[in-house]
Amino acid sequence: MPNAPASVAVRGLSKRFGSVEALADVSFDVAPGELFGIVGPDGAGKSTLFRLLATLLLPDAGTATLDGLDLVRDYRALRLRLGYMPGRFSLYPDLTVAENLAFFADVFGTTVAEGRAIVEPIYAQIEPFAHRRAGALSGGMKQKLALSCALVHRPRLLLLDEPTTGVDAVSRAEFWDVLATLRDSGITTLVSTPYMDEAARCDRIALVQDGRLLGPPDTPDAVARAFPAPLVEVRAQRPGAATMDRVALLAALRHTPGVARAEIFGDWMHVTGAGSSGPSADEHLAATVRDALVAAGFADVDVRPVAPSVEDVFLHRMARPDV
Amino acid sequence: MSNAPAPSFDIPPGTAVWARDLTRTFGTFVAVDALSFDVAEGEVFGFLGANGAGKTTAMKMLTGLLAPSSGEALVAGINVAADPDAVKRRIGYMSQRFALYDDLTVRENVRFFGGLYNLPPAVVRERLDALLADLALERSADERVGRLPLGWKQRLAFGVALLHRPAVVFLDEPTGGVDPATRRQFWETIYATAQRGTTVFVTTHYMDEAEYCDRVSIMVDGRLAALGTPAELKARFGTDSMDGVFLRLARNG
Repeated sequence: MPNAPASVAVRGLSKRFGSVEALADVSFDVAPGELFGIVGPDGAGKSTLFRLLATLLLPDAGTATLDGLDLVRDYRALRLRLGYMPGRFSLYPDLTVAENLAFFADVFGTTVAEGRAIVEPIYAQIEPFAHRRAGALSGGMKQKLALSCALVHRPRLLLLDEPTTGVDAVSRAEFWDVLATLRDSGITTLVSTPYMDEAARCDRIALVQDGRLLGPPDTPDAVARAFPAPLVEVRAQRPGAATMDRVALLAALRHTPGVARAEIFGDWMHVTGAGSSGPSADEHLAATVRDALVAAGFADVDVRPVAPSVEDVFLHRMARPDV
Repeated sequence: MSNAPAPSFDIPPGTAVWARDLTRTFGTFVAVDALSFDVAEGEVFGFLGANGAGKTTAMKMLTGLLAPSSGEALVAGINVAADPDAVKRRIGYMSQRFALYDDLTVRENVRFFGGLYNLPPAVVRERLDALLADLALERSADERVGRLPLGWKQRLAFGVALLHRPAVVFLDEPTGGVDPATRRQFWETIYATAQRGTTVFVTTHYMDEAEYCDRVSIMVDGRLAALGTPAELKARFGTDSMDGVFLRLARNG
């Protein structure tokens, strides 16, 4: 099976830079052909994890294997099997689009012709600019070229470190469409993102913060459903005010007994209750919040249970890492 | 540009930013095409658009860094074309990329920017103390900024952008890469600032943050394709999220 997608097993991976614990005892598995998301903010340890998996850093402790090949012992064999797209644009700006692609094919001992089929859906979009210098491309096109270069040697595992950071919402959506296509063509992909809404595009996700996983990896739906507390969404106005006074509303919510947290969430506020989750707990919290806001003089009070999102879970686990 | 006195404009009181047919061309390329809009004092105004839509060029004109090819803009009552340096004294600016000097301490950064804005040393000291107290950073005053967590750094950068008490503060993707809790803290700071009367002009790639603005403008191919409250825009485009509004506009652009 020369081109079968890889499986990944990460066990207790740790890395320290001076006094900073960049990655602390991280373990997870990625199944062959999975699109696996590492979701977390800057400084969570995402890039360290990707550099370790790309065999560019040595772990302080722990191991990782790709199809049974060890990260440290078998790094040469491993490098041929993985494609890595770093967080920072790392192609040669003075080479053209076509030259960059040919260079990366050559370095991996192959040719553009051999890798053509796999890069085709992405490369076709930038091919009209084949003779433009890479440095002169727009952000979205640079991203597509970098992905083409990471793919041209037909890797079994793709490591994409924040491919959509700083890219506008339209280009981000297009990039995820491309990743879905690649997954369907049978490549295992590990992708990191700071955008919580992108978690939904992955088969499974791991939330990371401060070098640790915030809970076990699971499907985005299952992660969201694991929210352990009552949750309601709230809207209310000051009488006569044109817009929602979020500062006053948050203050009122945070002073309401039974409320653990209140946060702005799109055009609603999300309010987390102190107890454990359940339909009656949600209704109870909704009633408590409604009464408190009416008593505090708010008008148009709208309170209702809401299905938790991945971002709710992230916020909750950040606040209470033990849960 | 002639030396004739700038024409006076009849703009409504309480207007912080006023643009009429603001245009910038580079050769034959029209980067910003007849932009017209008003922003009220104390408003949180979202400025959205795909990469390359002209946001940066428009921001540069509004902050006095780039002369318009035609059209007018008044920021804090000052004509940006006629007196770009006066504009710079009346606005604050913060971006994700350029904010503070990592190798200077918190105190040194505040002193440096205070000096840049010609604030008397006593005022700088007073505002430094207030800022440190606000951010609960008193014990870190002599730490290098590069050693602070990203979330603190960004709130400190915001405080520094407000050091000279500008009328309008421009925030260029201020929350990129920040965790969801810190991002919300930052927005609560934005609201508190706007409630004190400072106008906040903010760009973001996070569509949920577009919901946090009083009004949102969306640029497509150099033009203002939409402007309104998040509720108005969602109703107009028949979608329940700003993400939906943005994708519809920018994809068809």
